Amino acid sequence: MSSEVTTVMKLRTVRRHLREGSKNILRNGWMTVASVGSVTTTLILVGVFLALMLNLNKMADNIEQDVQIKILIDLGADQAAIDRLETQINTIQEVSYIQFSSKDDELRELMESMGDDGAAWDLVQQDNPLNHAFVVKTEDPLDTFDVAKTIEGFQNVEHVEYAEDVIQKLFKFNEYSRYIGLGLVIALVLTAAFLISNTIKITIMARSKEIGIMKLVGATNGFIRWPFFVEGLLMGILGSLIPIAVVLFGYHYLYYNLQGRITLSFIELLPFNPFAWQLALLLLVIGAFIGIWGSVMSVRKFLKV
Amino acid sequence: MIEMKGVQKTYSNGVTALHGIDISIDQGEFVYVVGPSGAGKSTFIKMMYREVKPSGGSVFINGHDIGKIKNRQVPHLRRNIGVVFQDFKLLSKYTIYENVAFALEVIEESPKKIRRRVMDVLDMVKLKNKARFKPDELSGGEQQRVSIARAIVNNPKLMIADEPTGNLDPETSWEIMKIFEEINARGTTIIMATHSKDIVNTMKKRVIAIEHGRVVRDEQRGDYGYEA
Repeated sequence: MSSEVTTVMKLRTVRRHLREGSKNILRNGWMTVASVGSVTTTLILVGVFLALMLNLNKMADNIEQDVQIKILIDLGADQAAIDRLETQINTIQEVSYIQFSSKDDELRELMESMGDDGAAWDLVQQDNPLNHAFVVKTEDPLDTFDVAKTIEGFQNVEHVEYAEDVIQKLFKFNEYSRYIGLGLVIALVLTAAFLISNTIKITIMARSKEIGIMKLVGATNGFIRWPFFVEGLLMGILGSLIPIAVVLFGYHYLYYNLQGRITLSFIELLPFNPFAWQLALLLLVIGAFIGIWGSVMSVRKFLKV
Repeated sequence: MIEMKGVQKTYSNGVTALHGIDISIDQGEFVYVVGPSGAGKSTFIKMMYREVKPSGGSVFINGHDIGKIKNRQVPHLRRNIGVVFQDFKLLSKYTIYENVAFALEVIEESPKKIRRRVMDVLDMVKLKNKARFKPDELSGGEQQRVSIARAIVNNPKLMIADEPTGNLDPETSWEIMKIFEEINARGTTIIMATHSKDIVNTMKKRVIAIEHGRVVRDEQRGDYGYEA
C-alpha cells in the first residue's frame, strides 16, 4: 500500500477534470438547464438594474456639476476692486472654478438665451445696463450653499444668484437615491447568490450517491471537487450569455435611438463603448463567480468522510 | 495479509456490532463470510476498506493499521482494494467504459494505459461490446460484471465483495462466481459475504461464520451451515 499522498496534480489529470466538468454539463441535462436558467434570470435583473442605476447616477452627477454661483459685481466697482474680489473669492478653499464674465458677455448670453426675441436688446448694446459678474463653482457641489453665503458678505458684491431651494432638494434626493440604489443592488446580488446556490445544491444533492461511489473507488476529495468547479464555472458563463446579449443589444438600441431625441442637457446616457462592454464583462465575472461558488459550496457538504 | 486483533465496534447509537474479532487471512485465500442478517457481517467487511472505523482493537492490512491512518489517506487505501456490492454501485450517468476508467483516473494513469487496461478487463468480463452503454441499459448480471471489472482494473491484491450475487438469479450468480474464481486463481485475495447456501456448499472455500458479533466458526472448505 502506498502511503504517500500526492499533492501535485499531473497535467493529464488537469485535462481530465476539464473534460469531466464539461461532460457533466451534458450528463446532467435538465439539472444543468435549471441551474443555468436561474443564473440567467437573476443576471438579467442585475444587468438591467445596474445599467439603470449607473446612468441615473451619471445624470445626478451632471446636474450637480452644473450647479454654479453667479456673483453680480457692484456697478461702481473699478478694475482694482474687481481684482481684489477675485483674489478674495479664490482664497475660499472649496472654490474650484472662477470665471470673469464682463457685462458684454452677460448681455450676449442673455440675448442668445432669448433666441429671436433677443434682437430687441440690440438697442441697449450701446448702453449696457448689466453688471460684470463672476461665475463660481465649488469642488463639491454640496458646498455651494455655504460658499454663496460667504461671498455675499464680501465688498463690491451686489447680489449672489444660485438656485437655493432646488439645490437643497436635489442633493437630498440624489443622496437618498444613491443609498437606495446601492442597497437594492446588494440585495439583488445576495438574492441571486442564494437562489443559485439553492438550485445547484438541489442538483448536487441528487448526485450525493455518485460522490459516495467515487469515494469508494478511491477518489480524493480534490479529485471529486475539481470537475464540480469546472462545471460551476461553465454553468456561470453559460448563464451570463443571454444577460450579456440583453445588455449589449438593449443598451445599443437605447443609446442610439433615445439619445438624439431628448435634448435636455443632463439626460445623457453613458457612452455605449465602453460602458456596455464593461457591464457585460461584469456580468460574466459575477456569473462565473456564483457558478463556482454555488457548485463548490454545495459539493463540500458531501465530501465529509 | 489481513489481521484483526480484538476488533470491536460499537456504533454511536449504542449498538455493538462486533465483540472482539481475531482473524487472520493470508494472501491468495478465498474466504466466505456467512451468518444471519444483522449478525455483523457487513460491519466486519466494511472494516477492511475503512468504511467503518473499529472502536477497539486493530485491523492490519499488509502490516498497516488502517484504523489509525488519516482520513485523507483513506482514498489511497481504497485504490489497493477492489470492492463489489450487491447493488453494483455504478455511476449511472457514466458509460460502462467511463465507470471502469474512473478507478484508473484517480491514480492518474496515462490515457493510453487507461484505454488498454479498461478494454482488457471489459474483455475479461465479456462486456467489450457494451463499453459505450449506460448501466441502466444492462442486465443485473452485466452490471455486476462491470463493477467487478472496475474492482480489478488496477490489479488490487485484495477484493472485497458484499453479497455480490444477492440481486442476481442463480444462473447469473454462477457466471459471477466463475469470474471470482478466475481472479482468485491469479493470486488476488477474495473476501465475500454471502447468503447463498448453494454457492458456499458447491465451491468449497474457507468459511467464517459470524453470529451476534462473534466468529463462531472458521473452517477450511467449510459448509454454509444454515438453512437457506
